[in-house]
Amino acid sequence: MNIIERLEKIDRRIIFILILLAVIIPLLLPIGFKIKVSEPVRIFYETIEELQPGSIVLISSEYDPSTMPEVYPMNQALARHCFAKNLKIIGMGLWPQGIPLNQASMEQAAEEYGKEYGVDYVNLGYKAGGIVVISAVSENIPTTFPQDYAGRSVEEFEVMEGVKNFDNIDLIVSLSAGDPGVRQWIMIAQGRYGKKVSGGVTAVSAPAFYPYLHAGQLRGLIGGMKGAAEYETLIKKSGTASRGMDAQSIAHGLIVLFIVLANVFFIIGKRKKA
Amino acid sequence: MIETIGIWIAALLTLCILSFLYKENPFYKFAEHLFVGVSAAYWAVYYYYNILRPNLIQPLFIEGQILFVIPLVLGIMMVMRLFPKVGWVSRWPLAFIVGTYAGYNLITYLQSNAVDQVRATLISFIHLESWGDFIGNPGVITFLNAIAVPVVVVGVITGIIYFFFSREHKGVFGGFAKTGVWFLMIAFGASFGYTVMARISLLIGRMYFLLHNWLRVI
Amino acid sequence: MKKQIPLIITFIAGMAMIIQYFIPHRPFSDIQQLFNTWFLIITVFAMILGLGNLLKLHTRRLQRRPSGWWYSIVLLIGFAIMFIAGMVWGIERGTPFDYLFWNVHLPMSSMMFALLAFFVASASYRAFRARTPEATLLLVSAILVMIGRVPLGNYIWDKLPLLGDWIMSYPNMAGQRAIMIGIALGVISTSLRIILGIERTYLVGK
Repeated sequence: MNIIERLEKIDRRIIFILILLAVIIPLLLPIGFKIKVSEPVRIFYETIEELQPGSIVLISSEYDPSTMPEVYPMNQALARHCFAKNLKIIGMGLWPQGIPLNQASMEQAAEEYGKEYGVDYVNLGYKAGGIVVISAVSENIPTTFPQDYAGRSVEEFEVMEGVKNFDNIDLIVSLSAGDPGVRQWIMIAQGRYGKKVSGGVTAVSAPAFYPYLHAGQLRGLIGGMKGAAEYETLIKKSGTASRGMDAQSIAHGLIVLFIVLANVFFIIGKRKKA
Repeated sequence: MIETIGIWIAALLTLCILSFLYKENPFYKFAEHLFVGVSAAYWAVYYYYNILRPNLIQPLFIEGQILFVIPLVLGIMMVMRLFPKVGWVSRWPLAFIVGTYAGYNLITYLQSNAVDQVRATLISFIHLESWGDFIGNPGVITFLNAIAVPVVVVGVITGIIYFFFSREHKGVFGGFAKTGVWFLMIAFGASFGYTVMARISLLIGRMYFLLHNWLRVI
Repeated sequence: MKKQIPLIITFIAGMAMIIQYFIPHRPFSDIQQLFNTWFLIITVFAMILGLGNLLKLHTRRLQRRPSGWWYSIVLLIGFAIMFIAGMVWGIERGTPFDYLFWNVHLPMSSMMFALLAFFVASASYRAFRARTPEATLLLVSAILVMIGRVPLGNYIWDKLPLLGDWIMSYPNMAGQRAIMIGIALGVISTSLRIILGIERTYLVGK
């Protein structure tokens, strides 16, 4: 086998090691690439900025630990942004694993901004049923969620006073890693009730939401860890997403190099055979 | 102390899963089975606290709302599927779930994914302002912005034409379908690019945990 | 009877959801709320069914002892510990259940999916070939988006991020919209077939 054939058939564990190094080295030795903000993230940021103090934001967490590196930084940044603007947060989720992650984000931000559970934010917990839960919440939140995530009656909480349904919610933000998620919130909350819906999604699903963004059905979109890093840049609070951007850049560069090299070898191989 | 033990448990389990890259081994299989068991219990506990207790046990057994007997009975009928002789009774609650979802999906997909999307595509083909920008400041980006609207309209129409399989893709129709394929390939390429981004992000998250929380080298 | 009643239930449930969309007043709104609540509860029992199947399968493995049966013990012990922790001490922050979530469930779940990064890199090198013009277009689009969407792209060419954004916002969006409309038409026709009882595959069995 000549060198090109050997390189084409290289043991995949060597590729694995190269990817591992491409991620670890920039984390150990940061480069400091500047982050440019894209239009969808800017729209998301401005949608929150437009809200008046005391407005209620419903943050629905539809993600799990497997997508945490992408969506959790969005959750943290969003909670910080809301509390910085003295907005109230009602948390809930259509995926059960999203509940403790949303709770942790809100608690951390609450500590930084001196906010109190029950007064400035609450976590209503999880319900199974996806689009049916959204429909139920649109009509009556306390009936759908009579207790918070830890089993306490929602009537006890000051933040829930006067909150009955979507009429009392100023903005809905869905942080989602799949279905049910942003799509279902757009279908019911925006499609039927005309509520403002913004979304934070994993990079895998981000391309599919551009039609909603273009049609005005979605007010801003944060896509993946890069989107989270852009949002952190806008709120001027660096987090885990920003720190990962150097590693993301190098890893992407390496994969592009793999693709280019593999195709160069392919073309050379084809010409030799011809 | 308890937090440190927790971090070590998390790190060791992470390394057990990572060991799969070399080859499948007992450490990986141990972690895989533990993960399935712990996940199943997580879901079961959450269902109890977040749904069964507030939405069934509380209203039926504590508040005495008799109407909640109906979903309880339907739910028990669903579980009967585990027993082959009486499994057929699970069709009733299944029919209810399927019917409800079908009803919701019919309306919401029609509204949000069909009508609203078509409406958003019915935009003026020539965007004079963008062409004015291009003429005033010729460049790659101003040109792309000028042709953006025709690209969208042509892309959506030809993409939909491609999916029409009731007619052979020949002649002019075939030409439109082929153009649709190009747009779909660009969409798939963009999706692939974002998929790579997503997977690398997950790896960065895990490596950050190992280096920052466990080894404390960053 | 075994099939007729489920078909009638499907029809009533489906039509109730459709009618309340157009007539959101009583009694249709009340019916919708009632059905929504029932749906939430019944869905939980569907999940219990899945859970029951899982436990049944692994308990059988303990009895039959095929190769690797001891891993089923790991699964059942893991389930028992997490379940008892949650049911006895609750699920709030700081409980044993919460501790197990952050230190056992979360790291394994994250790492399982993080493994995909390695496989996607390997697949990019070993399988991703520009064999046809369409495949070349896919590759070029992927490369432009991959480099354009990270900070590195700005340092290679300052217009690259804008190019990446343009690809996402226009040609990608057009392709995604075409797929979305196609899927929507499929969902609408399938939903209608299910409600009208033409599609009955969900009622398989005796």
